Amino acid sequence: MVTAVHDDAELRQRAWNAAAEVVDPEIPVLTIADLGVLRDVAVTDGRVEVAITPTYSGCPAMNMIMVEIELALERAGFRNSKIRTVLSPAWTTDWMSDDGRRKLREYGIAPPQAASSRRALFGVEQVACPQCGSEDTEVLAEFGSTSCKALWRCRSCREPFDYFKCH
Amino acid sequence: MATASIQVSETPLVLYALRRADDALILGHRLSEWCGHAPALEEDMALANMGLDLLGQARELYSYAAKVEGNGNDEDKFAYLRDVRQYRNLLLLEQPNGDFARTMVRQFFYAAFADLYWRAMMKSDDTTLAAIAAKSEKESAYHLRHSSEWIVRLGDGTEESHARAQAAIDDLWAYTGEMFHIDDSERALIDDGIAVDPATLHPQWFKTISDVVSEATLALPKNDWMQQGGRSGRHSEHLGHLLSELQSMQRTFPGVTW
Repeated sequence: MVTAVHDDAELRQRAWNAAAEVVDPEIPVLTIADLGVLRDVAVTDGRVEVAITPTYSGCPAMNMIMVEIELALERAGFRNSKIRTVLSPAWTTDWMSDDGRRKLREYGIAPPQAASSRRALFGVEQVACPQCGSEDTEVLAEFGSTSCKALWRCRSCREPFDYFKCH
Repeated sequence: MATASIQVSETPLVLYALRRADDALILGHRLSEWCGHAPALEEDMALANMGLDLLGQARELYSYAAKVEGNGNDEDKFAYLRDVRQYRNLLLLEQPNGDFARTMVRQFFYAAFADLYWRAMMKSDDTTLAAIAAKSEKESAYHLRHSSEWIVRLGDGTEESHARAQAAIDDLWAYTGEMFHIDDSERALIDDGIAVDPATLHPQWFKTISDVVSEATLALPKNDWMQQGGRSGRHSEHLGHLLSELQSMQRTFPGVTW
């Protein structure tokens, strides 16, 4: 079978769209595009090369995300794609899209705040409860269910919640 | 039976990357030993999370060392197929977990250093090391904050927690000097703008730990005799035991994969 020839920009867009739909296995409401993990998609001679960046160095979701991208590209008709990780520039929560932040909040996870106070040794952060919106909240543990989250509690509605840490 | 150890051509840059990779792997492994044993569920998760950060840093550094060395070694071979004398980590990081206070003091001494070190390394002329540093410094900032809070809580807590935290500080103090020690191979990399001179980090490190320790109503020891040897493979007896556990699967079933 002969594959129709597309121009590179169109192929690249198709490949990007396919890769961009892959979701974070730990937070399935967020795609890797929402997260800013998807950095680049290039098409050379019909072969797709995708660059992704890890959120945290040891993030165990990265291997799964790589497999998922490969499968998504195959479903879109791209074989032998190559996925590479790039470390620089280092991922930051600033790359998370507004849409991503909204989806995160609706999912019950407080989205990351501005990173300015991160450097404070005994820093105080203001995090709004994703359930009731109250800012009367407190940290329970700096480290939560995954590397990228901390465990908080709302003093107003008494619900515990995950907070996506600034990074 | 057991697999033979690999040979490593330790050029200055390979050695430099391996030393930092070993630091991260060994401390990460120590933290993973707490999994299921920490005093509270939140701490269990925190320690596992920090161990995971360190494991991720180790993987990047080992992979880079393998690439620079170009001898067909890889991250797994470096981790699983080197003997204790081939490991280059700081003695501080291989010290046993002991009680929770001891683990936190070890973590605190190192995180206060790593936070400064990785931030400085972001300016390295070696782009890979600078990229690894940019990720690691964010993680180290959390590790420092977490352990600092614990030092204050333990020191300014009960009589028992205070005594345990002070004992840990007294016992581990002599291992802190090695973080600031360099040898000729590192001196060359510092001159080339690839590595940072850890001596330049010492004043800020000392200030950070002094502030926290004093807030914790604890005291730093007055003695300044420092132990070293880890960077050149002379380890305490504890590392061999750690490696026998870490490496047992690969040594027993060479090349086994999941």
